[in-house]
Formats: sequence, structure tokens, C-alpha cells
Amino acid sequence: MNELVHVIKVGIADMNVVQPPHLIRTSGLGSCVGVVIFDQMKEVAGLAHVMLPDSSLARSETINIAKYADTAVEALVELIIQAGGRKNWLKAKLAGGAQMFSFQSANTDMMRIGPRNVEAVKRELERLRIPVVAEDVGGSSGRTIEFNPKTCILSIRTVNQGVKEI
Amino acid sequence: MATIRDLNAEHIDILKEIGNIGAGNAATALSQLLNKKIEMNVPNVQIVIFDEVMELVGGAEQVVAAVFLRIEGEAPGSMFFVLSLPQAERFVKQMTGDALFSLASPQPSELGMSALQELGNILAGSYLSALADFTKLTLYPSVPALTVDMIGAILQYGLLELSRVGDYAIVIDTAVHEEQQPGDSINGHFFLLPDPDSFVPIFRSLGVSYE
Repeated sequence: MNELVHVIKVGIADMNVVQPPHLIRTSGLGSCVGVVIFDQMKEVAGLAHVMLPDSSLARSETINIAKYADTAVEALVELIIQAGGRKNWLKAKLAGGAQMFSFQSANTDMMRIGPRNVEAVKRELERLRIPVVAEDVGGSSGRTIEFNPKTCILSIRTVNQGVKEI
Repeated sequence: MATIRDLNAEHIDILKEIGNIGAGNAATALSQLLNKKIEMNVPNVQIVIFDEVMELVGGAEQVVAAVFLRIEGEAPGSMFFVLSLPQAERFVKQMTGDALFSLASPQPSELGMSALQELGNILAGSYLSALADFTKLTLYPSVPALTVDMIGAILQYGLLELSRVGDYAIVIDTAVHEEQQPGDSINGHFFLLPDPDSFVPIFRSLGVSYE
């Protein structure tokens, strides 16, 4: 029977999991990082749209765990395992972490948030022993990404460079 | 600390007035610059979750020309002047007389881009100076930066400070358009996104309690 293909949309500071035939996507990544973690044989993948590097930046009592690199990666792995993924077989692909604007102004720490997000996500993946098999990070362009859990291809669209696949 | 959701109707009215005064001043500057009549909509003050912020301008993937600056001082925040590509091209053509200017070309003319940057500087500067006069707060704008890209990727910078507190933003959105293009109301938007700690000084400076 034919099954309708849905594209699961992941918002800002949000995460979700996907299984074939469906796809998963997040739009307009600037300084945010889209981290995809997948188990190729089990055909299950998850995507998190990470906004900030560390939950110690939070100033609220309750935190959205999908927002921070240090909490999102682990929570995403948890979701993938619940969906049938195997911890030791997980791999990751990353995109985003651009520096859209360059400023000489004082608050440069926040302006460098893109590279800091990438570093934080990688640190977390390394801690969890999940290899990064492909990445398209940095630069100064916004990205929209879509992952296919069947082929494990990550499509990345930018305004000036069209679509590329990693 | 009070949260964004503690705002009452009076607070919202004050934020609308800020949008009115700021964008009104900027629209006057724009009108003088182009020697054209510029119309302005009533400011829209919205408390929205992050994903809804992007919907205000047609979704995260919408490609726009945007000038962004950070406001430092007594009421920090982020300010964006966002133009649809056709409108940005129209302004540049009017300012430079270069009828072939296109933002779609891989290397848009340097003169056109610097005209667009200057337009953004002037407008953001007049918005902010009106805001500073109205509130008597000391505000220091950063040098504005111009980019042409997906609106989602751009506006994220205005959400960073807010995101440390919650998943909501308060957006003061004022749309402007040329008189001859009435149907096209999304031609230009001023977005002011105060940082979470800026609401107390803003309201206090205008004599309204918010603690």
C-alpha cells in the first residue's frame, strides 16, 4: 500500500524523530545548528534545532531541553533509542552555525554564537561517542536542511548556492 | 522578575506608541530621502513563540534584505529593517538611478549594496533617536549590518537574549510602504525586539509600573 510521505517540521529549539518513508526538515538555520543523529540499518533518525551552546546560559527555572547543545543531543539520542535506534550504531550529520553578521560591537560573544553552537554540539557528540560523518557548518549563509532516514542523505539549501547533499 | 506574559493592555499600548514614534520618524526620513510619500501601518505588538516570529514575514525561508543592529545602553535589544527583494531593488534604483540593479545576481553592484546599507543606517538611526527622545533612555546603536538571506536565519539573532529566558518574543512590528503600492503591505518592516531586561526601564521611563 502506498503511504503518504510527510515532511516532519522541526521548529526553533525543537526536536523530533523520523522513520521512512517520511522526511524531517528544519528551515532558516542561521547561527542555530541542525544536528541529525541516525541509525542507518534501523532506518531511524532524529533532528534537533539547537539555538544556544549551553544550558548554563538559561535564566529561567524550567528549560526547553531542545534549545541547548548540552541537553538537546543527549535527549535526542534518547528519543532515537526509544524509536528503535541502537546506541552504538549512531552517526551524526551537522549543518548550520553560520555567522550571519560581523560586528565590531561589544557583545561579540553573542554574535559568535554560531561557531560556539557548533563546538558545543561536537563536544556533546564526542562525549556520547557518536561520530560526525558529514558537516556543512560556518560561513555566513542561512540554511534549510532536510534528512531522509532511508538514504541517510542530508540536503542543504542556501540562498546563493542552491541545494547540496552530504 | 516579571515575564513577557505579565504585560497588560496599557503596556501593549505603550509599546505600540514606541513603534509609532520610531517608525514614524524613520518613514519621514525615508520619504525625504526618496522624495516620495511613504505610508505606515498601525504598529502591531505581538507576543509570539519563536516559530511564529518567522511567520510574521512569510515563513523562515522567505528571502529578504535586512539591516540589523544591536542596541546597547539602558534598554538593550535588536532592531531589524526588513525589505522584500523587489522593494529593496526599487529603493536602490530610485537612490542610484541604476535601473539594472538586481539582488538576484550573484554579485549585486557595490554601489547599490552600499546605497541599501546607507538606507538602513539612516532609517534605523532615526527610529532609535526617536525612541531615545521619547523614553529619555540612553541607547547606543551598533553599526548596522546588511544581509540578503532567509528571514529565519536573520531574525534568530534578535531572539538570542530572549531565548535565555523563555520561548516567547515580544515583537513591535511596523510596516511601511510607498504610496503607489498599497496592495503590497509587506514592503518594509521595522522590527524592534527588546531584550527581556529592557521592559522594566522602558516602562519605568514612561511612568508605568511593571515589576
